Amino acid sequence: MAGLHKSEFTNPVINWVDSRLPIFTMMQKEYGVFPTPKNFNYFWNFGALAMVTLMIMIATGIFLAMNYTAHTSMAFDSVQRIMRDVNYGWLIRYVHANGASMFFLVTYVHIFRGLYYGSYKAPRELLWILGVVILLIMMATAFFGYVLPWGQMSYWGATVITNLFSAIPVVGEPIVTWLWGGFSVANPTLNRFFALHYLLPFVLIGIVFLHVAALHVTGSNNPLGIDVKGPQDTLPFHPYYTIKDSVGLCLFLAIFAGFVFFAPNFFGAADNEIPANPLVTPAEIVPEWYLLPFYAILRSVPSKLGGVLMMFGSIGLLFVVPWLDTSPVRSCKFRPVYRWFLALLVIACIVLGMVGAHRPEGIWVLLGRLGTIYYFLHFLVILPVLGKLERPLPLPESISKPVLRGGGPLPSGAAAKPMEKA
Amino acid sequence: MMRWVTFAAAAAALIGSLATAPARAEGDHMALPKQSWSFAGPFGTFDRAAAQRGFQVYNEVCSACHQLHHAYYRDLTGIGLSAEQVAAIAASKSISDIGDDGAPMDRPGLPSDHFKAPYANDLAARAAQNGALPPDLSLIIKARDGGADYVYALLTGYSAAPSNMKMSDGMNYNKYFVGNQVAMTPPLSEGRVTYADGTPASVNQMAKDVVTFLAFISEPETEQRKALGVRIVLFFVLMTGLTYAVKRKVWSDVDH
Ligand code: HEC
Ligand code: HEM
Repeated sequence: MAGLHKSEFTNPVINWVDSRLPIFTMMQKEYGVFPTPKNFNYFWNFGALAMVTLMIMIATGIFLAMNYTAHTSMAFDSVQRIMRDVNYGWLIRYVHANGASMFFLVTYVHIFRGLYYGSYKAPRELLWILGVVILLIMMATAFFGYVLPWGQMSYWGATVITNLFSAIPVVGEPIVTWLWGGFSVANPTLNRFFALHYLLPFVLIGIVFLHVAALHVTGSNNPLGIDVKGPQDTLPFHPYYTIKDSVGLCLFLAIFAGFVFFAPNFFGAADNEIPANPLVTPAEIVPEWYLLPFYAILRSVPSKLGGVLMMFGSIGLLFVVPWLDTSPVRSCKFRPVYRWFLALLVIACIVLGMVGAHRPEGIWVLLGRLGTIYYFLHFLVILPVLGKLERPLPLPESISKPVLRGGGPLPSGAAAKPMEKA
Repeated sequence: MMRWVTFAAAAAALIGSLATAPARAEGDHMALPKQSWSFAGPFGTFDRAAAQRGFQVYNEVCSACHQLHHAYYRDLTGIGLSAEQVAAIAASKSISDIGDDGAPMDRPGLPSDHFKAPYANDLAARAAQNGALPPDLSLIIKARDGGADYVYALLTGYSAAPSNMKMSDGMNYNKYFVGNQVAMTPPLSEGRVTYADGTPASVNQMAKDVVTFLAFISEPETEQRKALGVRIVLFFVLMTGLTYAVKRKVWSDVDH
């Protein structure tokens, strides 16, 4: 028959469908036999973890939305009804609320993996850029979601963040009024935030699809950061990486469940258990932990507009990282100097996170400025300059050849003795 | 080996990010003395007797000023009261409603009713309380940094103001309240309630009991949540071990 796909599946029903719409062939190609470098470590779990978390967020979110009321006079109470009266509503909500933290946790590790192993370098620049878009949309989604329970932090967080736009000269104030749908954060604001909070995760699915599509064009990077030389360097994705991802997934879910069932409010703020009150400002307005480093950058700059620009700039910079890095070597395994600067960047981000949680007083002001300066220095100066100066370690010939440590070959036979044999 | 290094790095990232979370718990509060609570920890459950005594304290003392906005009388079965006891407690309250003829009327409470609020609205509460608003207590344990320890400290933290401190009119000195001046008069005093089980009603005892009750009301799902959690966490830990074993089997013929 003309036009039909030649399907190799033997099951008649699958074959019938696959001949007309080759989704089974596609799945088999992209997730079954897909050639994957054989030397992944567990850092390569985190993309799959993020994907699973996104699905968990959407599933729990839809059930929350069935019971949630997006009106300023009812939102807080409706969340309490979910907690108390909806069957397992507390479970759905705690999975969703803690899921947001888990989502950022795995995504941040995933991004760190990309930085450490140089996964952003050619030919994976677009893949990386799509990842940064995902991060931005995640942040927007989480911000909108945090407003929905309409507690004190919801209200005041929304007020502070939307007010940032007023720093834009001339059009700033009209933009803020337009965002609010009025002259303060109020019911129209809550309503549109709910609509956007429902919408953006589905946009995210689209971008994640492109992210994975791009990945399957270039193929995965690997801990050595060198290109795959042939079939001897790869394994079919299934069963090797489906099972390896499952190990990480089970462990991740154990930790996730630990928070949901035994410390469900660990990431929460007590103030958000108080209904929103425009007349009472909380002692401290603190965003969720995953936004703290950016909040710290915002507050470390003495000018409001400057702070806003630096904050957005800190994420914007990530888009051009592939072109800021001048080193020909991808993996930090072979970059003896850059490795330490990257460690410093992680420390700077953690310090900035701590700064964001404290009032900008005393030592925190200084730490905030140091962290901010290092963050920008890292990307704008160290990354371009060090790539030219650093002498990388010798790269192994291929993934299946033993890694040359200190330049000398390993004793013969070492590679034939996998440490993991049962 | 590399695997453990990467795990350690991931763990460090986790801890690093977590370290930032509790940082915001600090504030102007004095350090809170830690109490041992029956409901603390992964296996903690509510001490039924304490929670029931605590309900008595709420009912006879706090309910004069504070509401339990999100709670229902039926929730009381969760602290071990029988359906009949709950129905009797509810029936002893008179609830405003609209009658069949459309006119406002009062009727005896039902277990499905919300706890009766002492004031019609916040303005009425303020008018009666010298301008101060007694907050809803149905989430109070979650809504304050320090939780149960804080509310206990607040209830037991009254004393005479230091001589160098100028107190505003109608305010009471309390060590643990932000700013140390609280509009709530000390609600508890020795023997304020008479416990049916003969427990001496000291201020500390009543505070402990009412906090246990409020902790239950703030999170009525606690016991169910922890019991389910033990099984689910164990399941995933077991699955981690199993999948790891399978993973080693699958990978056993690969040089890597
Ligand atoms: C006579 C009325 C009255 C009684 C009875 C009363 N309170 Fe209060 N309570 C208040 C007022 C008024 C405030 C507000 C205080 C303020 O904002 O300064 C308050 C505040 C509180 C707070 C919040 C403190 C904070 O951190 O904001 C708690 C907790 C509290 N009361 C618990 C109790 C408990 C438990 C009882 C019963 C043992 C009780 N109250 C009995 C009037 C009362
Ligand atoms: C990218 C995925 C998502 C993220 C990161 C996210 C994040 C959040 C956050 C941080 C909250 C506040 C939780 C709290 O403190 O109570 C929240 C609440 C909420 N979310 Fe999401 N969410 C996502 C997807 C969704 C989806 C797809 C829906 C609906 C289909 C949804 C519906 C809701 C509702 C109704 C609430 C309010 C109830 C509540 O506060 O618990 N979410 N979300």
